[in-house]
Amino acid sequence: MPTNAAEGGESQGLLPIVPFLKIPADGDPYIDGARCKSCSAVFVGERETCSSCGARDKLESIKLSNDGELYVFSIVFRSFPGIEVPYVSAVVDLEGGGTLKGNLIGVEPDPEKIKMGMPIEVVYEKAPRKDAEGNEYLTYYFRPKA
Amino acid sequence: MSDVYVIGIDMIKFGRFPEISVPKLGATAAHMALDDAGLTINDMQALYSGNLGQAAAMVGQRILGEIGQTGIPVVNCANACATGATAFREGWMSIKAGIYDTVLCVGTEQMGRGLLGGGGGGKKGIPTEGLLGSGTMPAVFAEAGMEHQRKYGTTFEQFAKVSVKNHHHSTMNPKAMYQIETPLETVVGSEMIAYPNTKLMCSVNVDGAAAAVICSEEKARQLGKMDRAVKVRASVLTSDPYQERNLQMPDVNTCTQRAAKAAYEMAGCGPEDIDLVELHDCFATAEILHYGNLGLGKAEDAGRMIDEGETALGGRVPVNVSGGLLSKGHPLGATGIANIYEVCTHLRGEADKRQVEGARIGLTHVIGLGSACAIHILEKTD
Ligand SMILES: [Zn+2]
Repeated sequence: MPTNAAEGGESQGLLPIVPFLKIPADGDPYIDGARCKSCSAVFVGERETCSSCGARDKLESIKLSNDGELYVFSIVFRSFPGIEVPYVSAVVDLEGGGTLKGNLIGVEPDPEKIKMGMPIEVVYEKAPRKDAEGNEYLTYYFRPKA
Repeated sequence: MSDVYVIGIDMIKFGRFPEISVPKLGATAAHMALDDAGLTINDMQALYSGNLGQAAAMVGQRILGEIGQTGIPVVNCANACATGATAFREGWMSIKAGIYDTVLCVGTEQMGRGLLGGGGGGKKGIPTEGLLGSGTMPAVFAEAGMEHQRKYGTTFEQFAKVSVKNHHHSTMNPKAMYQIETPLETVVGSEMIAYPNTKLMCSVNVDGAAAAVICSEEKARQLGKMDRAVKVRASVLTSDPYQERNLQMPDVNTCTQRAAKAAYEMAGCGPEDIDLVELHDCFATAEILHYGNLGLGKAEDAGRMIDEGETALGGRVPVNVSGGLLSKGHPLGATGIANIYEVCTHLRGEADKRQVEGARIGLTHVIGLGSACAIHILEKTD
């Protein structure tokens, strides 16, 4: 089921909010990762050395899954000036490995309504902020699976 | 290798002193510790200085600029919230190694107000705070607390009770930033910062300084200081080993568990021998985690321990009788030595209203997020 807000080339022309969010010219955005061929540890983003086993040149680039489950969260009511609150800060374990931090959207900011362990998906949307030069960015969010 | 003894230690009352320079804060604490030892800066063979906010600005040398430029070696340490404890440990190692027999360790910090952590976003790019979750310290430690809730069912109220306890303890500590009874409804009802941490479940940003004079056993005997001396039975520093999630979610548990295990081994004792603990309650959620991490009880019993008062003054193992970072205050670079001051004060039987009766062995613990864990085990001298 397509849930990708940036699908259909809408992500083109946007800059990635972080280097590990990849925006291919001919496909859907994804979270870039790396897997160690020695110990199977999975990391978010590119790596040359494994921090689990110390292996060098054993890391292969992989696409991380857009499916995962909510590990833990906090509901943030006070942040830095200019940051809209509240929001749900979430740590998500991705299927097949890799842990990602981000905002959980599509839920009420109420601890009774958010269940640790619930299945989520990673979705990609235009960020509601521009940089000083007026550039627009693509970000990712977590959303509970229906 | 010689045993190492604390022969002078003190801290300034924590507070907000924007008009006093960082070196002056450190100099005040250094003088207090030297006076406690009955020594002068001329007796010190090296200075180990911990400060975070001015880590690149030679704070140790500037402290000597205030109290006496004797030309001794100075090491400036920065290790997040483990900074003060790291400076103390560097001094301990120098005596263990037989390089010096008497050194001064000082921890100092001047804090801004408001949130720590997070932020981000330079000229290029946009801030990720509030889009890619939160890097603020209250949220990071809230998430660490939620991991405990997920595993053991720990409740919001149980986390909040940590703050009630530590604020109560601080009413008996004149050096704490606050001395205010803070009942559960006040803690729970204060502004929610990052669920489950309310404002009163976050440590207080304060300015502060603490200092210690430490020496070899031979030197302590020669100086006739053994009666009030406190023996350092263990000094351990760890960083966090690889964990599946810890590049996204800092792990304060594993480095603490490893440091505790090593410290008990070095001290030749176990958690059942510990009479009081000053641990890193930077947030109320954090204290709960460390009951299990330090072996004070089983991890799954931490909520019950706070419910039943086991960690309150008069309980089985009093924790943070100083008021902790939650109420005494948390000047980052000073905290590690201030914790050691608190434990030494009890072991010397000089803690007045908050005295843990019959205290013989105490443990101090700090965590620098990122992560560094320092543990010291201290023992009364007979
Ligand atoms: Zn590996």
